[in-house]
Amino acid sequence: MHQEYTVIEGDFVNAGKASSSVKKTLKQLNVNPQVVKRVVVALYEAEVNAIAHAYGGKVLVDIDADKIKMVVADKGPGIPDIALAMQEGYSTARPEVRDMGFGAGMGLPNMQKNVDKLNVTSEVGVGTTVEMEVNFG
Amino acid sequence: MTLQSIVDKLGATVALGAERLDTEVEHAFASDLMSDVLTLKDTPVLVTGLCNVQTIRTCDMANLDVVVFVRNKRPTEDMIELAEDNDMVLICSQYSMFKTCGLLWELGMKPLY
Repeated sequence: MHQEYTVIEGDFVNAGKASSSVKKTLKQLNVNPQVVKRVVVALYEAEVNAIAHAYGGKVLVDIDADKIKMVVADKGPGIPDIALAMQEGYSTARPEVRDMGFGAGMGLPNMQKNVDKLNVTSEVGVGTTVEMEVNFG
Repeated sequence: MTLQSIVDKLGATVALGAERLDTEVEHAFASDLMSDVLTLKDTPVLVTGLCNVQTIRTCDMANLDVVVFVRNKRPTEDMIELAEDNDMVLICSQYSMFKTCGLLWELGMKPLY
């Protein structure tokens, strides 16, 4: 099953819509609730990141019988040092991101804790792509 | 304890879910940082000063059903609508985060950690 969502820069009101929709789909498919939580927490953090740091992007979701694959690809400033961005507490978030309850440098670490596979690629001045996989079994 | 006993202790108002105040709860977690809330494995009552739509979305993702907003913050119509879809209870405390947590502690609510 393939799903696509569009993420718009600064659109915090709709941040989490894709994750919410994925949650409903996985519940309908009777996926283990603890696995569903891991999936949606990781996807939500990625969605918030794309809205907070980039100029918009796409969320692509592919659900198979045994796993979910999620790609959040944004057009944006990119991440110059991915290893630094992966460190808990490191953040470049603007004050309005912090006002929404995010921006404490926990997004990428939270994603890593919840998924089975995480791959972050980024080109400065072009954008960032976050690929995540969670196994259902 | 029931949510009703929390409402009584805090002299709080209920913005959503008044019909679910007989729900039993035991643990609470207080934070304004939603990324912190997203790390929780359990589903405590959330005490927070962050009153915007992301509070509700975060609860949806983290499977939290009860929020106590502090310092008289009131959820907006958008928030209530979204919370309604998720069968949540939204409680508004007039007190600060510190005092709200103190009163909940006095009532016997337990921390997660």
